[in-house]
Amino acid sequence: MDKKLNLELYKKVYLIRKSEETIIRDYMEDEMKTPVHLSVGEEAIAAGVVHATEKDDQLYGTYRNHGIYLARTGETDDFFAELYGRKTGLAKGKAGSMHMFCPEYNFLGASAIVGTSIPLGLGGAFAKKYKKEKGLSFTFFGDGALEEGAFWESLNFACLHKLPIIFVCEDNELAIHAYIKDRQSFKSISDIASKFGCNVFKEKSTDPEVIYNLTLKAIKKHKENGKPSFLHLRYYRYLEHVGINQDFKFGYRSEDEFNKWLKVDPVDLQRKKLMKMGISEKEIKALEEKIDAQISKSVDLAEKAPFPDCEEVSIDVYA
Amino acid sequence: MRKITYQEALNEAMIQEMERDKNIFVYGLDVTDHKRIFGSCKGLVEKFGKERCFITPLSEDAMTGMGLGAAINGLRPIHIHQRVDFLVLAMNQLTNMVSIHRYMSGGKVKVPLVIRAVVGRGWGQSAQHSKSMQSIFAHIPGLKVVMPTTPNDAKGLLISAIRDDNPVIFLEHRWLYFTEGEVSEDPKPIPLEEPNILCSGEDITIVATSWMNVEAVKAAEVLRNRGVTVEIIDPRTIAPLNDDAIIESVNKTGHCIVADNDWIHCGFGAELAARISEKCFNDLKSPVKRIGFAQTPCPTTRPLENEFYPNAINMIRLVEEKLNLKPTDLSGEEFYSWENRFKGPF
Repeated sequence: MDKKLNLELYKKVYLIRKSEETIIRDYMEDEMKTPVHLSVGEEAIAAGVVHATEKDDQLYGTYRNHGIYLARTGETDDFFAELYGRKTGLAKGKAGSMHMFCPEYNFLGASAIVGTSIPLGLGGAFAKKYKKEKGLSFTFFGDGALEEGAFWESLNFACLHKLPIIFVCEDNELAIHAYIKDRQSFKSISDIASKFGCNVFKEKSTDPEVIYNLTLKAIKKHKENGKPSFLHLRYYRYLEHVGINQDFKFGYRSEDEFNKWLKVDPVDLQRKKLMKMGISEKEIKALEEKIDAQISKSVDLAEKAPFPDCEEVSIDVYA
Repeated sequence: MRKITYQEALNEAMIQEMERDKNIFVYGLDVTDHKRIFGSCKGLVEKFGKERCFITPLSEDAMTGMGLGAAINGLRPIHIHQRVDFLVLAMNQLTNMVSIHRYMSGGKVKVPLVIRAVVGRGWGQSAQHSKSMQSIFAHIPGLKVVMPTTPNDAKGLLISAIRDDNPVIFLEHRWLYFTEGEVSEDPKPIPLEEPNILCSGEDITIVATSWMNVEAVKAAEVLRNRGVTVEIIDPRTIAPLNDDAIIESVNKTGHCIVADNDWIHCGFGAELAARISEKCFNDLKSPVKRIGFAQTPCPTTRPLENEFYPNAINMIRLVEEKLNLKPTDLSGEEFYSWENRFKGPF
């Protein structure tokens, strides 16, 4: 097993988990006035898929985008400043949690309307093909987006034109509080996607290494036959749809299910794997402390940063 | 200067711009079929190939988002709809994505996307092939809305729209496609946000959009014969709106009619009336009046359609009312209609 790879993957899942735990810890101070859709439980997908991407590849996300953003950039200063609504944030506080955006890292948009960033990712892929440029569009969406017209429209067009796009369906079986069985008449999205002419891959693992390898396979297959690839990845959303709390007490889902998934918690799993590979507790701790310090510093900077000037409200409506 | 039609002017603007910049591409339903969007896309696919001019699935929403994704990645898409009514299927992308993307990126990206759409009218276009909707698009911050009236505007404004780094909704009236006018052969952009004074006058200001300018020009002709001079201002760009020339004109004439090619309620006329009351209050001699579509869906049959659309006669009567003039005898007056040329079906 590859130690270096697994250390990198652990850094990513830990950074995501720790950043979001920090949000949870500080959210009630009411300084981060932005609705957060946390990635807790989803880290293996963010880390695994993003780690398989190259510099030229583009990412398009949803409102549950912290994991993807952090896995891609590794940075937390601009990220926290944005959550705190400060001048130093990614979009000077205009975007907040739901619209993380960072063209410097080819993270080109996230949307809080289900399914709407899929056509955006389609356009990124189209531009790559048109300009004959290297790189793929990695377009993320949840299982709820499978019910939106924009998804089917985009899938159809991408397959028709054989665009360089990797569809990444992050399936937690829930759209807010509604289960997939109460929403979808079809049983297997990957079967349907394959009929459109996609290369399909599915996985239920919470091991970032498994997701990473699967993504590499999806990329390889695309390069071989030019068809878009479709990753159908299962995970479990630990927290409420939006916000920082658990919501089992409301009865729409059972805590037993959560406990089953908790046994294969992606961060825990990856840490244990490192230990099994002979990496010492001390070494792992050192790595964790470094990330903890990075996050603390970022939060500190964000808290001290100024808010944007009032004139900023009318800037950048038009170019 | 040589004369060409509005349709030819649109076509020429696209060809010249596509020759200039290889990042421009044209897409939409029927852009490569034998009709070529009423001729405006003639020769594009032959000249530039199917990579730069291609048809799409009937997926207005995703195709709009696709244009956005392409635009933020350095391309300059022109998406075409044969009717504004079909563009409504893309409202989610327009209002939730296209219009906000630059702002939400903190100004890090540009969205040079042109959306051309045709306003239908007559020969039974009915309720789903006749919408104009400029006020709805203009209501949304981040979108520009342009309505060319003359062939010269069609070419010059389309060139500017293509070169603009913002999303531009470009609304073309079907009947204007037949109009002829002097148009420069060179690709000469007309700046957006610059109104066109179609005729100067002293007695009353008519602000008109799109086809309503044709009606206003006829009304002004009739009124001139009885000594009333009308100043007609075509704002051309509805959003963002530069109202300087309009305000200046109303301050001079003291009377204003807004003839908008759209429904009146909550429309462009209401916006202008409010601005004029704010900026010309002391110089106004009468309240601003609005002319527009009847507040109903557009009916199919001709007699009801006549009731739905306003025309030059409505304008003449309103001017007379405002200036306390007796009604002009209009018998023998020929009110031309391009409908004589538009035999349908589409």
